Amino acid sequence: MKTGKGARAGQYLALLAYLVFLAFPFLWLISTAFKPARELGSLHPTWIPKDPTLANLRQAFDEQPLLDAALNSLVAAVGAALIAVLIATPMAYVMARHRTRLAKAATGWVVVSQAFPFVLLIIPLFLVLKNLRLINSVPGLIMVYVVWALPFALWMLVGYVRAVPAELEEAAAVDGAGKARTLVSITAPLLAPGIVATALFAFISAWNEFFFALVLLKTPEKQTLPVVLTHFLGAEGAADLGPLAAAAFLATLPSMVVFAIIQKRITGGMLAGAVKS
Amino acid sequence: MTLASATQRAAKPRLPRKGRPVDHGAWFLVLPALIPILILSVGPLLYGIALAFTDSQSGRTEPTQWIGMLNFQDLLHDTLFWDSFRIGLLWAVGVTVPQFLLALGLALLLNQDLRLRWLARALAIIPWAMPEVVVGIMWRLVYNADAGILNETIRDLGLGDGRDWLSGLATALPAVIVVGVWAGMPQTTVALLAGLQNTPRELHEAAAMDGARAWRRFRTVTWPALKPVALAITALNFIWNFNSFALVYVLTSGGPGGRTRLPMLFAYEEAFRYGQFGYAAAMGCVLVAVISVFLAVFLVGRLRGGEDA
Repeated sequence: MKTGKGARAGQYLALLAYLVFLAFPFLWLISTAFKPARELGSLHPTWIPKDPTLANLRQAFDEQPLLDAALNSLVAAVGAALIAVLIATPMAYVMARHRTRLAKAATGWVVVSQAFPFVLLIIPLFLVLKNLRLINSVPGLIMVYVVWALPFALWMLVGYVRAVPAELEEAAAVDGAGKARTLVSITAPLLAPGIVATALFAFISAWNEFFFALVLLKTPEKQTLPVVLTHFLGAEGAADLGPLAAAAFLATLPSMVVFAIIQKRITGGMLAGAVKS
Repeated sequence: MTLASATQRAAKPRLPRKGRPVDHGAWFLVLPALIPILILSVGPLLYGIALAFTDSQSGRTEPTQWIGMLNFQDLLHDTLFWDSFRIGLLWAVGVTVPQFLLALGLALLLNQDLRLRWLARALAIIPWAMPEVVVGIMWRLVYNADAGILNETIRDLGLGDGRDWLSGLATALPAVIVVGVWAGMPQTTVALLAGLQNTPRELHEAAAMDGARAWRRFRTVTWPALKPVALAITALNFIWNFNSFALVYVLTSGGPGGRTRLPMLFAYEEAFRYGQFGYAAAMGCVLVAVISVFLAVFLVGRLRGGEDA
Protein backbone atom coordinates (compact mmCIF):
# COMPACT_ATOMS: atom_id res chain seq x y z
CA MET A 1 0.00 0.00 0.00
CA LYS A 2 1.27 3.45 -0.85
CA THR A 3 1.24 6.13 1.76
CA GLY A 4 2.00 9.75 1.00
CA LYS A 5 4.99 11.46 2.60
CA GLY A 6 2.80 13.81 4.60
CA ALA A 7 0.70 10.97 5.91
CA ARG A 8 3.85 9.03 6.87
CA ALA A 9 5.18 11.98 8.83
CA GLY A 10 1.83 12.30 10.55
CA GLN A 11 1.94 8.63 11.47
CA TYR A 12 5.39 8.95 12.99
CA LEU A 13 4.30 12.03 14.92
CA ALA A 14 1.31 10.13 16.32
CA LEU A 15 3.48 7.14 17.20
CA LEU A 16 5.91 9.46 18.98
CA ALA A 17 3.05 10.95 21.01
CA TYR A 18 1.99 7.45 22.04
CA LEU A 19 5.54 6.53 23.03
CA VAL A 20 5.83 9.63 25.22
CA PHE A 21 2.44 9.04 26.84
CA LEU A 22 3.29 5.40 27.62
CA ALA A 23 6.81 6.00 28.87
CA PHE A 24 6.91 9.30 30.74
CA PRO A 25 5.24 8.26 34.03
CA PHE A 26 7.57 5.29 34.34
CA LEU A 27 10.65 7.41 33.58
CA TRP A 28 9.50 9.87 36.22
CA LEU A 29 9.15 7.05 38.76
CA ILE A 30 12.71 5.92 38.08
CA SER A 31 13.97 9.48 38.22
CA THR A 32 12.28 10.06 41.59
CA ALA A 33 13.56 6.76 42.96
CA PHE A 34 17.20 7.79 42.50
CA LYS A 35 17.00 11.42 43.59
CA PRO A 36 18.38 12.53 46.94
CA ALA A 37 15.90 14.17 49.34
CA ARG A 38 17.46 17.58 48.71
CA GLU A 39 16.58 17.45 45.00
CA LEU A 40 13.09 16.12 45.66
CA GLY A 41 12.41 19.15 47.82
CA SER A 42 13.67 21.60 45.20
CA LEU A 43 11.13 23.81 43.45
CA HIS A 44 12.32 22.82 40.00
CA PRO A 45 12.52 19.05 39.79
CA THR A 46 14.62 17.76 36.90
CA TRP A 47 14.23 14.65 34.76
CA ILE A 48 17.74 13.39 35.40
CA PRO A 49 18.93 13.32 39.01
CA LYS A 50 21.96 15.60 39.38
CA ASP A 51 23.30 13.51 42.18
CA PRO A 52 21.87 9.97 41.86
CA THR A 53 21.69 7.96 45.06
CA LEU A 54 20.67 4.60 46.44
CA ALA A 55 19.78 6.12 49.81
CA ASN A 56 16.07 5.93 48.99
CA LEU A 57 16.25 2.17 48.62
CA ARG A 58 17.98 1.79 51.97
CA GLN A 59 15.46 4.09 53.65
CA ALA A 60 12.56 2.17 52.08
CA PHE A 61 13.83 -1.10 53.54
CA ASP A 62 14.31 0.59 56.93
CA GLU A 63 10.81 2.05 57.01
CA GLN A 64 8.76 -0.97 55.96
CA PRO A 65 9.25 -4.76 56.12
CA LEU A 66 9.79 -4.96 52.35
CA LEU A 67 11.81 -8.16 52.46
CA ASP A 68 9.11 -10.06 54.39
CA ALA A 69 6.49 -8.61 52.09
CA ALA A 70 8.40 -9.70 49.00
CA LEU A 71 8.74 -13.19 50.45
CA ASN A 72 5.00 -13.36 51.19
CA SER A 73 4.24 -12.16 47.66
CA LEU A 74 6.59 -14.74 46.21
CA VAL A 75 5.07 -17.61 48.19
CA ALA A 76 1.53 -16.52 47.35
CA ALA A 77 2.24 -16.00 43.66
CA VAL A 78 4.28 -19.17 43.10
CA GLY A 79 1.83 -21.27 45.12
CA ALA A 80 -1.19 -19.90 43.32
CA ALA A 81 0.39 -20.25 39.87
CA LEU A 82 1.48 -23.86 40.40
CA ILE A 83 -1.80 -25.04 41.89
CA ALA A 84 -3.83 -23.14 39.31
CA VAL A 85 -2.20 -24.77 36.27
CA LEU A 86 -2.07 -28.14 38.00
CA ILE A 87 -5.84 -28.26 38.39
CA ALA A 88 -6.77 -26.13 35.37
CA THR A 89 -4.90 -28.14 32.74
CA PRO A 90 -6.93 -31.37 33.07
CA MET A 91 -10.17 -29.41 33.19
CA ALA A 92 -9.20 -27.33 30.17
CA TYR A 93 -8.46 -30.56 28.33
CA VAL A 94 -11.96 -31.86 29.00
CA MET A 95 -13.49 -28.50 28.08
CA ALA A 96 -11.61 -28.43 24.80
CA ARG A 97 -12.20 -32.04 23.76
CA HIS A 98 -15.71 -32.80 25.03
CA ARG A 99 -18.56 -30.50 24.11
CA THR A 100 -20.76 -31.53 26.99
CA ARG A 101 -23.07 -29.65 29.30
CA LEU A 102 -20.35 -29.56 31.91
CA ALA A 103 -17.91 -27.97 29.49
CA LYS A 104 -20.54 -25.42 28.52
CA ALA A 105 -21.30 -24.62 32.15
CA ALA A 106 -17.59 -24.19 32.83
CA THR A 107 -17.26 -21.83 29.87
CA GLY A 108 -20.27 -19.91 31.15
CA TRP A 109 -18.64 -19.62 34.56
CA VAL A 110 -15.44 -18.31 32.96
CA VAL A 111 -17.42 -15.51 31.29
CA VAL A 112 -19.69 -14.72 34.23
CA SER A 113 -16.83 -14.70 36.73
CA GLN A 114 -15.43 -11.70 34.86
CA ALA A 115 -18.49 -9.73 35.90
CA PHE A 116 -18.44 -10.49 39.65
CA PRO A 117 -17.93 -7.35 41.60
CA PHE A 118 -15.29 -8.53 44.02
CA VAL A 119 -17.22 -7.07 46.95
CA LEU A 120 -19.92 -9.65 46.48
CA LEU A 121 -17.27 -12.36 46.54
CA ILE A 122 -14.98 -11.07 49.26
CA ILE A 123 -17.58 -10.72 52.03
CA PRO A 124 -18.62 -14.40 51.99
CA LEU A 125 -15.01 -15.48 51.38
CA PHE A 126 -13.97 -13.43 54.38
CA LEU A 127 -16.62 -15.14 56.54
CA VAL A 128 -15.75 -18.62 55.24
CA LEU A 129 -12.00 -18.17 55.67
CA LYS A 130 -12.58 -16.71 59.13
CA ASN A 131 -14.41 -19.88 60.17
CA LEU A 132 -11.55 -21.96 58.77
CA ARG A 133 -9.06 -19.74 60.65
CA LEU A 134 -7.42 -18.86 57.33
CA ILE A 135 -7.75 -15.09 57.67
CA ASN A 136 -4.43 -13.30 57.88
CA SER A 137 -2.61 -16.28 56.44
CA VAL A 138 -0.76 -16.69 53.17
CA PRO A 139 -2.21 -20.20 52.51
CA GLY A 140 -5.70 -18.73 52.79
CA LEU A 141 -4.73 -16.07 50.27
CA ILE A 142 -3.30 -18.73 47.94
CA MET A 143 -6.63 -20.56 47.95
CA VAL A 144 -8.41 -17.37 46.93
CA TYR A 145 -5.82 -16.57 44.25
CA VAL A 146 -6.08 -20.04 42.71
CA VAL A 147 -9.80 -19.69 42.11
CA TRP A 148 -9.38 -16.08 41.03
CA ALA A 149 -6.73 -17.06 38.46
CA LEU A 150 -8.70 -20.04 37.12
CA PRO A 151 -10.98 -18.31 34.60
CA PHE A 152 -8.16 -16.80 32.60
CA ALA A 153 -6.01 -19.91 32.98
CA LEU A 154 -8.84 -22.09 31.65
CA TRP A 155 -9.50 -19.62 28.83
CA MET A 156 -5.88 -19.74 27.70
CA LEU A 157 -5.38 -23.47 28.23
CA VAL A 158 -8.50 -24.40 26.28
CA GLY A 159 -7.04 -22.47 23.37
CA TYR A 160 -3.72 -24.28 23.69
CA VAL A 161 -5.38 -27.72 23.90
CA ARG A 162 -7.43 -27.00 20.78
CA ALA A 163 -4.18 -26.16 18.99
CA VAL A 164 -3.03 -29.77 19.58
CA PRO A 165 -4.72 -31.76 16.79
CA ALA A 166 -7.06 -34.41 18.15
CA GLU A 167 -5.92 -36.58 15.21
CA LEU A 168 -2.56 -37.02 16.96
CA GLU A 169 -4.27 -38.51 19.99
CA GLU A 170 -6.49 -40.67 17.83
CA ALA A 171 -3.44 -41.95 15.97
CA ALA A 172 -1.80 -42.85 19.29
CA ALA A 173 -4.99 -44.63 20.35
CA VAL A 174 -5.00 -46.58 17.11
CA ASP A 175 -1.40 -47.55 17.80
CA GLY A 176 -2.60 -49.06 21.05
CA ALA A 177 -1.65 -46.41 23.57
CA GLY A 178 -4.05 -46.09 26.51
CA LYS A 179 -5.81 -42.87 27.31
CA ALA A 180 -3.46 -41.99 30.17
CA ARG A 181 -0.38 -42.79 28.11
CA THR A 182 -1.62 -40.69 25.23
CA LEU A 183 -2.13 -37.74 27.55
CA VAL A 184 1.25 -38.05 29.18
CA SER A 185 3.44 -38.83 26.19
CA ILE A 186 1.64 -37.06 23.31
CA THR A 187 -0.49 -34.21 24.62
CA ALA A 188 1.46 -32.98 27.63
CA PRO A 189 4.77 -32.26 25.83
CA LEU A 190 2.93 -30.30 23.12
CA LEU A 191 1.06 -28.34 25.77
CA ALA A 192 4.10 -27.60 27.92
CA PRO A 193 4.94 -24.15 26.51
CA GLY A 194 1.33 -23.07 26.89
CA ILE A 195 1.20 -24.39 30.44
CA VAL A 196 4.37 -22.50 31.35
CA ALA A 197 3.00 -19.28 29.85
CA THR A 198 -0.26 -19.71 31.73
CA ALA A 199 1.56 -20.35 35.01
CA LEU A 200 3.72 -17.27 34.53
CA PHE A 201 0.68 -15.16 33.79
CA ALA A 202 -1.02 -16.45 36.93
CA PHE A 203 2.17 -15.60 38.82
CA ILE A 204 2.07 -12.00 37.60
CA SER A 205 -1.62 -11.63 38.41
CA ALA A 206 -1.12 -12.89 41.94
CA TRP A 207 2.08 -10.87 42.46
CA ASN A 208 0.22 -7.70 41.45
CA GLU A 209 -3.07 -8.41 43.23
CA PHE A 210 -4.18 -5.91 45.85
CA PHE A 211 -7.86 -6.10 46.83
CA PHE A 212 -8.04 -9.61 48.31
CA ALA A 213 -4.70 -9.15 50.04
CA LEU A 214 -5.89 -5.87 51.55
CA VAL A 215 -8.99 -7.47 53.03
CA LEU A 216 -7.57 -10.83 54.05
CA LEU A 217 -4.14 -9.93 55.47
CA LYS A 218 -4.26 -7.87 58.64
CA THR A 219 -0.83 -7.80 60.26
CA PRO A 220 2.18 -6.21 58.52
CA GLU A 221 4.37 -9.33 58.76
CA LYS A 222 1.80 -11.34 56.77
CA GLN A 223 1.08 -8.72 54.11
CA THR A 224 2.14 -8.86 50.48
CA LEU A 225 4.14 -6.23 48.63
CA PRO A 226 1.27 -4.17 47.13
CA VAL A 227 -0.38 -3.84 50.56
CA VAL A 228 2.86 -2.87 52.28
CA LEU A 229 3.53 -0.30 49.55
CA THR A 230 0.34 1.55 50.48
CA HIS A 231 1.75 2.04 54.01
CA PHE A 232 4.17 4.52 52.44
CA LEU A 233 1.21 6.63 51.38
CA GLY A 234 -0.54 9.17 53.53
CA ALA A 235 0.87 12.51 54.49
CA GLU A 236 3.90 12.21 52.29
CA GLY A 237 6.36 15.04 52.50
CA ALA A 238 8.88 15.62 49.77
CA ALA A 239 11.44 13.58 51.69
CA ASP A 240 9.26 10.45 51.61
CA LEU A 241 8.72 10.48 47.86
CA GLY A 242 12.12 8.92 47.20
CA PRO A 243 11.66 5.76 49.29
CA LEU A 244 8.10 5.43 47.99
CA ALA A 245 9.30 5.55 44.40
CA ALA A 246 12.23 3.23 45.08
CA ALA A 247 10.04 0.59 46.71
CA ALA A 248 7.41 0.84 43.98
CA PHE A 249 10.05 0.49 41.28
CA LEU A 250 11.51 -2.58 42.94
CA ALA A 251 8.09 -4.22 43.36
CA THR A 252 7.46 -3.87 39.62
CA LEU A 253 10.63 -5.53 38.38
CA PRO A 254 9.68 -9.21 38.85
CA SER A 255 6.37 -8.96 37.00
CA MET A 256 7.94 -6.92 34.22
CA VAL A 257 10.75 -9.38 33.65
CA VAL A 258 8.33 -12.31 33.62
CA PHE A 259 5.94 -10.45 31.38
CA ALA A 260 8.66 -9.58 28.89
CA ILE A 261 9.42 -13.30 28.61
CA ILE A 262 5.85 -14.39 27.94
CA GLN A 263 4.39 -11.38 26.12
CA LYS A 264 4.21 -13.08 22.73
CA ARG A 265 2.62 -16.21 24.16
CA ILE A 266 0.04 -14.28 26.15
CA THR A 267 -1.17 -12.42 23.10
CA GLY A 268 -1.11 -15.67 21.14
CA GLY A 269 -3.05 -17.44 23.91
CA MET A 270 -5.63 -14.68 24.20
CA LEU A 271 -6.13 -14.84 20.49
CA ALA A 272 -6.36 -18.64 20.38
CA GLY A 273 -9.02 -18.59 23.09
CA ALA A 274 -10.88 -15.76 21.42
CA VAL A 275 -10.85 -17.14 17.92
CA LYS A 276 -11.80 -20.67 18.67
CA SER A 277 -14.28 -20.54 21.53
CA MET B 1 -7.60 -49.49 31.09
CA THR B 2 -6.15 -51.27 28.09
CA LEU B 3 -9.10 -53.58 27.84
CA ALA B 4 -11.54 -50.72 28.16
CA SER B 5 -9.86 -48.69 25.46
CA ALA B 6 -9.58 -51.79 23.30
CA THR B 7 -13.30 -52.43 23.40
CA GLN B 8 -13.94 -48.76 22.86
CA ARG B 9 -11.71 -48.86 19.83
CA ALA B 10 -13.52 -51.87 18.49
CA ALA B 11 -16.85 -50.14 18.92
CA LYS B 12 -15.79 -46.79 17.47
CA PRO B 13 -12.75 -46.93 15.23
CA ARG B 14 -12.76 -43.15 14.76
CA LEU B 15 -13.78 -41.15 17.75
CA PRO B 16 -16.30 -38.50 16.80
CA ARG B 17 -14.85 -35.22 17.98
CA LYS B 18 -17.99 -33.50 19.20
CA GLY B 19 -20.45 -34.62 21.82
CA ARG B 20 -18.39 -37.41 23.30
CA PRO B 21 -19.99 -38.34 26.61
CA VAL B 22 -17.99 -37.50 29.72
CA ASP B 23 -16.64 -40.81 31.00
CA HIS B 24 -15.30 -41.51 34.46
CA GLY B 25 -11.81 -40.52 33.40
CA ALA B 26 -13.09 -37.10 32.41
CA TRP B 27 -14.70 -36.58 35.82
CA PHE B 28 -11.40 -37.46 37.38
CA LEU B 29 -9.77 -34.74 35.28
CA VAL B 30 -12.41 -32.14 36.05
CA LEU B 31 -12.87 -32.55 39.80
CA PRO B 32 -9.60 -30.99 41.03
CA ALA B 33 -10.67 -27.69 39.50
CA LEU B 34 -14.41 -28.09 39.92
CA ILE B 35 -14.33 -28.53 43.70
CA PRO B 36 -12.40 -25.30 44.41
CA ILE B 37 -14.59 -23.44 41.92
CA LEU B 38 -17.73 -24.63 43.69
CA ILE B 39 -16.41 -23.97 47.20
CA LEU B 40 -14.55 -20.72 46.65
CA SER B 41 -16.39 -19.10 43.76
CA VAL B 42 -19.89 -20.36 43.03
CA GLY B 43 -20.71 -21.04 46.68
CA PRO B 44 -19.50 -17.68 48.01
CA LEU B 45 -21.31 -15.87 45.21
CA LEU B 46 -24.63 -17.47 46.18
CA TYR B 47 -23.81 -16.90 49.86
CA GLY B 48 -23.07 -13.25 49.03
CA ILE B 49 -26.40 -12.81 47.29
CA ALA B 50 -28.13 -14.39 50.28
CA LEU B 51 -26.28 -12.04 52.67
CA ALA B 52 -27.87 -9.10 50.88
CA PHE B 53 -31.20 -10.15 52.42
CA THR B 54 -29.82 -10.33 55.99
CA ASP B 55 -28.64 -7.87 58.64
CA SER B 56 -25.21 -9.51 58.78
CA GLN B 57 -22.60 -7.35 60.51
CA SER B 58 -19.01 -7.90 61.45
CA GLY B 59 -18.22 -8.79 65.06
CA ARG B 60 -21.82 -9.04 66.25
CA THR B 61 -22.81 -11.62 68.82
CA GLU B 62 -26.53 -11.86 68.06
CA PRO B 63 -27.45 -14.29 65.29
CA THR B 64 -27.89 -12.86 61.82
CA GLN B 65 -31.51 -12.54 60.71
CA TRP B 66 -33.37 -12.45 57.42
CA ILE B 67 -34.71 -8.98 56.80
CA GLY B 68 -36.10 -9.37 53.30
CA MET B 69 -35.74 -6.40 51.02
CA LEU B 70 -34.89 -3.93 53.79
CA ASN B 71 -31.29 -3.44 52.61
CA PHE B 72 -32.48 -2.70 49.10
CA GLN B 73 -35.10 -0.26 50.36
CA ASP B 74 -32.45 1.56 52.38
CA LEU B 75 -30.18 1.52 49.36
CA LEU B 76 -32.88 3.14 47.25
CA HIS B 77 -32.84 6.18 49.54
CA ASP B 78 -29.08 6.23 50.10
CA THR B 79 -28.09 9.32 48.11
CA LEU B 80 -24.42 8.73 48.88
CA PHE B 81 -24.62 5.35 47.16
CA TRP B 82 -26.32 6.75 44.08
CA ASP B 83 -23.74 9.55 43.92
CA SER B 84 -21.08 6.88 44.01
CA PHE B 85 -22.96 4.87 41.39
CA ARG B 86 -23.13 7.90 39.09
CA ILE B 87 -19.40 8.49 39.57
CA GLY B 88 -18.79 4.81 38.82
CA LEU B 89 -20.65 5.09 35.51
CA LEU B 90 -18.87 8.34 34.63
CA TRP B 91 -15.56 6.68 35.40
CA ALA B 92 -16.35 3.46 33.51
CA VAL B 93 -17.53 5.28 30.37
CA GLY B 94 -14.88 8.00 30.73
CA VAL B 95 -12.15 5.36 30.81
CA THR B 96 -13.54 2.78 28.38
CA VAL B 97 -14.29 5.11 25.46
CA PRO B 98 -10.93 6.96 25.27
CA GLN B 99 -9.20 3.67 26.00
CA PHE B 100 -10.82 2.16 22.93
CA LEU B 101 -10.21 5.13 20.63
CA LEU B 102 -6.57 5.56 21.68
CA ALA B 103 -5.95 1.83 21.47
CA LEU B 104 -7.53 1.66 18.03
CA GLY B 105 -5.28 4.50 16.84
CA LEU B 106 -2.20 2.80 18.22
CA ALA B 107 -3.20 -0.59 16.81
CA LEU B 108 -3.70 0.92 13.34
CA LEU B 109 -0.26 2.55 13.59
CA LEU B 110 1.39 -0.66 14.75
CA ASN B 111 -0.25 -2.50 11.87
CA GLN B 112 1.65 -0.20 9.46
CA ASP B 113 5.19 -0.71 8.37
CA LEU B 114 6.69 1.87 10.72
CA ARG B 115 10.04 1.94 12.45
CA LEU B 116 10.07 2.01 16.25
CA ARG B 117 7.19 -0.44 16.34
CA TRP B 118 9.29 -2.69 18.57
CA LEU B 119 9.71 0.18 21.02
CA ALA B 120 5.96 0.73 21.25
CA ARG B 121 5.46 -2.97 21.83
CA ALA B 122 8.12 -2.97 24.55
CA LEU B 123 6.66 0.10 26.24
CA ALA B 124 3.20 -1.38 26.18
CA ILE B 125 4.47 -3.96 28.67
CA ILE B 126 4.91 -1.31 31.34
CA PRO B 127 1.28 -0.49 32.10
CA TRP B 128 0.20 -4.07 31.50
CA ALA B 129 2.64 -5.82 33.81
CA MET B 130 2.76 -3.21 36.55
CA PRO B 131 0.88 -3.81 39.82
CA GLU B 132 -2.08 -1.42 39.97
CA VAL B 133 -0.79 -0.12 43.29
CA VAL B 134 2.46 0.90 41.62
CA VAL B 135 0.57 2.55 38.75
CA GLY B 136 -1.29 4.59 41.35
CA ILE B 137 1.89 5.52 43.23
CA MET B 138 3.64 6.44 40.00
CA TRP B 139 0.89 8.81 38.90
CA ARG B 140 0.75 10.35 42.35
CA LEU B 141 4.38 11.30 41.75
CA VAL B 142 3.45 12.74 38.36
CA TYR B 143 0.51 14.72 39.77
CA ASN B 144 2.34 15.81 42.94
CA ALA B 145 1.69 19.53 43.38
CA ASP B 146 5.28 20.56 44.19
CA ALA B 147 7.59 17.79 43.07
CA GLY B 148 5.48 16.41 40.22
CA ILE B 149 6.57 16.55 36.59
CA LEU B 150 3.16 17.70 35.37
CA ASN B 151 3.16 20.99 37.28
CA GLU B 152 6.85 21.48 36.53
CA THR B 153 6.13 21.15 32.80
CA ILE B 154 3.22 23.57 33.09
CA ARG B 155 5.48 26.07 34.87
CA ASP B 156 8.20 25.59 32.26
CA LEU B 157 5.75 26.29 29.46
CA GLY B 158 4.63 29.42 31.28
CA LEU B 159 1.07 28.20 31.63
CA GLY B 160 0.73 29.18 35.26
CA ASP B 161 1.56 27.48 38.52
CA GLY B 162 -0.28 24.23 37.97
CA ARG B 163 -2.52 22.85 40.67
CA ASP B 164 -3.06 20.06 43.12
CA TRP B 165 -4.69 17.72 40.63
CA LEU B 166 -5.78 14.86 42.84
CA SER B 167 -7.29 16.96 45.63
CA GLY B 168 -9.08 19.56 43.49
CA LEU B 169 -12.84 18.99 43.41
CA ALA B 170 -13.02 19.63 39.67
CA THR B 171 -9.79 17.91 38.60
CA ALA B 172 -9.74 14.74 40.72
CA LEU B 173 -12.07 12.61 38.59
CA PRO B 174 -10.57 13.61 35.21
CA ALA B 175 -7.11 13.04 36.67
CA VAL B 176 -7.88 9.49 37.81
CA ILE B 177 -9.64 8.78 34.50
CA VAL B 178 -6.42 9.60 32.64
CA VAL B 179 -4.63 7.05 34.79
CA GLY B 180 -7.32 4.47 34.07
CA VAL B 181 -6.94 5.03 30.34
CA TRP B 182 -3.17 4.74 30.57
CA ALA B 183 -3.33 1.52 32.56
CA GLY B 184 -5.78 -0.30 30.30
CA MET B 185 -4.60 0.83 26.88
CA PRO B 186 -2.01 -1.90 26.13
CA GLN B 187 -4.39 -4.85 26.58
CA THR B 188 -6.94 -3.20 24.33
CA THR B 189 -4.29 -2.35 21.75
CA VAL B 190 -3.01 -5.92 21.63
CA ALA B 191 -6.50 -7.34 21.24
CA LEU B 192 -7.34 -4.90 18.45
CA LEU B 193 -4.01 -5.48 16.75
CA ALA B 194 -4.67 -9.20 16.77
CA GLY B 195 -8.04 -8.50 15.19
CA LEU B 196 -6.45 -6.26 12.55
CA GLN B 197 -3.94 -8.90 11.61
CA ASN B 198 -6.81 -11.27 10.97
CA THR B 199 -8.36 -8.99 8.36
CA PRO B 200 -7.61 -10.24 4.86
CA ARG B 201 -4.81 -8.22 3.27
CA GLU B 202 -6.03 -8.87 -0.27
CA LEU B 203 -9.28 -7.09 0.50
CA HIS B 204 -7.31 -4.04 1.59
CA GLU B 205 -5.21 -4.06 -1.52
CA ALA B 206 -8.20 -4.53 -3.75
CA ALA B 207 -9.92 -1.61 -2.08
CA ALA B 208 -6.78 0.51 -2.41
CA MET B 209 -6.58 -0.27 -6.12
CA ASP B 210 -10.16 0.77 -6.54
CA GLY B 211 -8.95 4.11 -5.22
CA ALA B 212 -10.89 3.92 -1.97
CA ARG B 213 -9.68 6.56 0.44
CA ALA B 214 -8.28 5.64 3.83
CA TRP B 215 -11.46 6.41 5.78
CA ARG B 216 -13.64 4.50 3.34
CA ARG B 217 -11.23 1.58 3.38
CA PHE B 218 -11.38 1.56 7.16
CA ARG B 219 -15.16 1.68 7.20
CA THR B 220 -15.84 -0.90 4.53
CA VAL B 221 -12.96 -3.34 4.93
CA THR B 222 -11.23 -3.00 8.29
CA TRP B 223 -14.10 -2.24 10.63
CA PRO B 224 -16.42 -5.13 9.66
CA ALA B 225 -13.59 -7.58 10.29
CA LEU B 226 -12.56 -5.87 13.51
CA LYS B 227 -16.03 -5.37 14.95
CA PRO B 228 -16.38 -8.64 16.91
CA VAL B 229 -13.01 -8.16 18.63
CA ALA B 230 -13.74 -4.50 19.27
CA LEU B 231 -17.11 -5.30 20.78
CA ALA B 232 -15.72 -8.04 23.01
CA ILE B 233 -12.78 -6.06 24.36
CA THR B 234 -14.90 -2.96 24.94
CA ALA B 235 -17.51 -4.90 26.90
CA LEU B 236 -14.80 -6.54 28.99
CA ASN B 237 -13.06 -3.20 29.54
CA PHE B 238 -16.31 -1.66 30.71
CA ILE B 239 -16.86 -4.47 33.20
CA TRP B 240 -13.27 -4.37 34.48
CA ASN B 241 -13.34 -0.61 34.78
CA PHE B 242 -16.67 -0.58 36.57
CA ASN B 243 -15.25 -3.07 39.09
CA SER B 244 -12.00 -1.17 39.45
CA PHE B 245 -10.66 -0.64 42.96
CA ALA B 246 -6.91 -0.51 43.53
CA LEU B 247 -6.05 2.39 41.21
CA VAL B 248 -8.42 4.88 42.76
CA TYR B 249 -7.86 3.54 46.27
CA VAL B 250 -4.19 4.43 45.92
CA LEU B 251 -4.65 7.67 43.98
CA THR B 252 -7.33 9.41 46.05
CA SER B 253 -9.00 6.84 48.37
CA GLY B 254 -12.26 8.18 46.97
CA GLY B 255 -11.64 11.83 47.85
CA PRO B 256 -11.85 14.77 47.66
CA GLY B 257 -15.29 14.88 49.23
CA GLY B 258 -16.28 11.58 47.58
CA ARG B 259 -15.70 12.95 44.08
CA THR B 260 -13.84 9.80 43.04
CA ARG B 261 -15.59 7.32 45.34
CA LEU B 262 -16.29 4.47 42.92
CA PRO B 263 -19.00 1.96 43.92
CA MET B 264 -16.35 -0.64 44.76
CA LEU B 265 -14.65 1.73 47.19
CA PHE B 266 -18.00 2.63 48.70
CA ALA B 267 -18.98 -1.00 49.22
CA TYR B 268 -15.50 -1.86 50.56
CA GLU B 269 -15.76 0.87 53.19
CA GLU B 270 -19.29 -0.16 54.09
CA ALA B 271 -18.19 -3.77 54.58
CA PHE B 272 -14.73 -3.56 56.08
CA ARG B 273 -14.65 -0.16 57.76
CA TYR B 274 -18.21 -0.04 59.13
CA GLY B 275 -18.76 -3.81 59.19
CA GLN B 276 -22.13 -3.66 57.38
CA PHE B 277 -21.79 -6.96 55.51
CA GLY B 278 -25.45 -7.34 54.57
CA TYR B 279 -25.78 -3.81 53.27
CA ALA B 280 -22.54 -4.01 51.30
CA ALA B 281 -23.67 -7.31 49.79
CA ALA B 282 -26.88 -5.61 48.65
CA MET B 283 -24.73 -2.99 46.90
CA GLY B 284 -22.80 -5.81 45.25
CA CYS B 285 -26.08 -7.28 43.98
CA VAL B 286 -27.12 -3.97 42.44
CA LEU B 287 -23.73 -3.72 40.75
CA VAL B 288 -24.04 -7.28 39.43
CA ALA B 289 -27.46 -6.45 37.99
CA VAL B 290 -26.06 -3.45 36.13
CA ILE B 291 -23.07 -5.37 34.84
CA SER B 292 -25.29 -8.27 33.75
CA VAL B 293 -27.17 -5.94 31.44
CA PHE B 294 -23.91 -5.00 29.76
CA LEU B 295 -22.80 -8.61 29.64
CA ALA B 296 -26.06 -9.53 27.94
CA VAL B 297 -25.46 -6.84 25.34
CA PHE B 298 -21.95 -8.20 24.89
CA LEU B 299 -23.14 -11.77 24.36
CA VAL B 300 -25.90 -10.75 21.96
CA GLY B 301 -23.36 -8.74 20.00
CA ARG B 302 -21.04 -11.72 19.87
CA LEU B 303 -23.77 -13.99 18.58
CA ARG B 304 -24.56 -11.48 15.89
CA GLY B 305 -20.86 -11.31 15.07
CA GLY B 306 -21.05 -14.92 13.91
CA GLU B 307 -19.71 -18.22 15.16
CA ASP B 308 -16.14 -17.57 14.11
CA ALA B 309 -15.97 -14.27 15.98
